[in-house]
Amino acid sequence: MSGILGKKIGMTSLYDEKGKNIPCTVIEAGPCVVTQIRTKEKDGYEAVQLAYDDKKEKRTTKALKGHFEKAGTTPKRYIAEFTRFEDKKEFGDIVTVEVFSEGEYVDVSGISKGKGFQGVVKRHGFAGVNDATHGQHNRMRAPGSIGASSYPSRVFKGMRMAGRTGGKKVKVLNLQVLKVIPEKNLLVVKGSVPGPNNSYVKIERWS
Amino acid sequence: MGKKELIKLVEDSVEVKQFPAFKAGDTITVTYKIKEGNKERLQKFQGVVLQRAGSGPTATFTIRKISGNIGVERIFPVSSPFIEDITVNKVGVVRRARIFYFRKLRGKKARIKEKRM
Repeated sequence: MSGILGKKIGMTSLYDEKGKNIPCTVIEAGPCVVTQIRTKEKDGYEAVQLAYDDKKEKRTTKALKGHFEKAGTTPKRYIAEFTRFEDKKEFGDIVTVEVFSEGEYVDVSGISKGKGFQGVVKRHGFAGVNDATHGQHNRMRAPGSIGASSYPSRVFKGMRMAGRTGGKKVKVLNLQVLKVIPEKNLLVVKGSVPGPNNSYVKIERWS
Repeated sequence: MGKKELIKLVEDSVEVKQFPAFKAGDTITVTYKIKEGNKERLQKFQGVVLQRAGSGPTATFTIRKISGNIGVERIFPVSSPFIEDITVNKVGVVRRARIFYFRKLRGKKARIKEKRM
């Protein structure tokens, strides 16, 4: 597996060779620094920790400052671990967008847009009550029954109801890489990516 | 480099064709390629421009015509490779950039004053 951290820049559309309009997302990916290597002996698992996007030194805690100094780099804002990293990376190495090439398929994960407290129609895709007539009123988007009566006399755990929606980690699988622009650290993938513009995303390629 | 410049850099590969200027209220004819199996032929769509939306290579425009008493609207991306040609037939005088009210008009009311050249 190979991967990188990045920032969602925004969406646009391109045309393929058949003239079809392709929606795509522009991601600024890397350069990332390897800030830690997790090993089986020391940590119990194998992983590579990458860090991305500079932040001000005065906004960094002393503990983190030391962590970045060890890797010989400036304080970074976004840190994430990658398991089963295929290309051997050394402590302090730099990972650039060139690990990807056009036509490959990648997985992108990020924090989805927060939608606040939402009803079951938006949150779980319930159909609501389809009739506005036949005696219905004020229940067009109601959840309907949430269980039987005297038996079990309770609502089962995990019953899908209204509540906070979005703002969770979401991973989108198999997005095709349309373009790689190494001079500007840009990666263009087909389709959409979770989260608002300027949010951090983790890009992985499993091969 | 700002976000917008980065997106522009990606959009650079899309070719923006040069067409005569037109706006909402104008009557235009769009000649576009249409594929049927392996054959390619040209088709024309003539109608009134309802709006121009967006900017740069992702801009679009909407045109509306009445075909057999049924209103037909089509949205074209300006940089679509299928568009062969655009000709302006009439320049209309309207006060708005988006003339959605035009959809409700029928018969004699659905006329747009023409600008004399």
